Amino acid sequence: MAQAATAGKIGFDLVSPEKLLLSADVDLVEIPAEEGDIGVLAGHAPMIVNLRGGIIRIHEGGEVTQRLFVSGGFCEVTPQRCTVLADEATPADELDRVRAEARVKEAEAAYQAAARADEATREAAFARLLSAQAMVAAAGR
Amino acid sequence: MPSLKSLRLRITSVKSTQKITKAMKMVAAAKLRRAQAQAEAARPYATRMERMIGSLANSVRGLPGAPRLLAGTGKEEVHLLVAVTADRGLCGGFNTAINRATRNKARALIAAGKTVKILTVGRKGRDFLRREHGRLLVGHVDFVGKKVIGFADAEAIATQIADMLGKAEFDVCTLIYNRFKSVISQIVTEQQLVPMTVAEEGAEAKAATAAAATGPRATYEYEPSEEQILAQLLPRNLSVQIYRALLESAAGEQGARMSAMDSATRNAGEMIGKLTLTYNRTRQAMITKELIEIISGAEAV
Repeated sequence: MAQAATAGKIGFDLVSPEKLLLSADVDLVEIPAEEGDIGVLAGHAPMIVNLRGGIIRIHEGGEVTQRLFVSGGFCEVTPQRCTVLADEATPADELDRVRAEARVKEAEAAYQAAARADEATREAAFARLLSAQAMVAAAGR
Repeated sequence: MPSLKSLRLRITSVKSTQKITKAMKMVAAAKLRRAQAQAEAARPYATRMERMIGSLANSVRGLPGAPRLLAGTGKEEVHLLVAVTADRGLCGGFNTAINRATRNKARALIAAGKTVKILTVGRKGRDFLRREHGRLLVGHVDFVGKKVIGFADAEAIATQIADMLGKAEFDVCTLIYNRFKSVISQIVTEQQLVPMTVAEEGAEAKAATAAAATGPRATYEYEPSEEQILAQLLPRNLSVQIYRALLESAAGEQGARMSAMDSATRNAGEMIGKLTLTYNRTRQAMITKELIEIISGAEAV
């Protein structure tokens, strides 16, 4: 790894099960962790977090250069790298509001249907609903 | 001796068969390239997933109440075999190899007094296994009419398996699929999905992280908690493993079809050669015979 050349930058990888979407050295990434957004700079303490549905913001030179929507997943952070394993990822500009709304409807129905199921199923359905709502919010702008 | 006309007809028929097999080979080659690219693209996610699981699993494994997907049910009575075959034939021994492996494993397990359940993926597997082990089949998935296998397809299978595990319908789950080694060689592979085998993967993952971290292996912080992350990660990992097997199998299928069609084309070529030779000989013999008849007729006058 060329440490000297990329001092102050962190390697960021975004992978979905189907392909590697993005691999770049960036200044800062903001990731939507389950318990609140996290900003990751180079030299961050190693951690593994769950993600909720939300937007990953990539900062470069003090500005947000890319916004990507993820519907959930995991993130592994080491001092050198930040790897996001997304369930599904789309650039925020390419989101389709209509499709996102359809997804919310589906998720709502699934959540209603799961009302009598056990807690784990209900929670999973709720997480999907939140993720779908986040997708609509992301598509709206 | 066959007549000239029937020989001519056979030659044309073999020629058109050859054209078809040749075309199928070309199609398989194109599809193979696509399948390989897809398998290639799926690799980064799988390797990173393995790394995370490796570091997590070792810290949770010893605990009581470890998730079922990781630790299994603690018994080994009911085995679920997931056989991955193609939906279509004409690809040499591709499907037969899987079917035979599944059948033999099922027989061996039954002989050892275990209960066996079979889940088939792909039409050819179901058609074959239904005959002997019809009562053991618990489910079937196929991709008939689908162009590309998406992650969602793998996820659906994984959910089905996880549901069955939740209801304790099996203790051990084994995936049987064709691993793509090269165009001419696919290897029947058995992979145990539940309980998960992390041991060697963990070692690999450790080596990978150690190399990446350029120093002693970092200890991770977990948010929310190890158990909660693992609870999400494990079903995901199951899907990823299945997805990978499906892609390997898809690439293998096209590879097998390509080489099968290649040898079929070659065989057709040989047959055309032989038939043409017989045709020419017969034609010559007839001409000679006619000449003899004319000459002997003229001499008699």
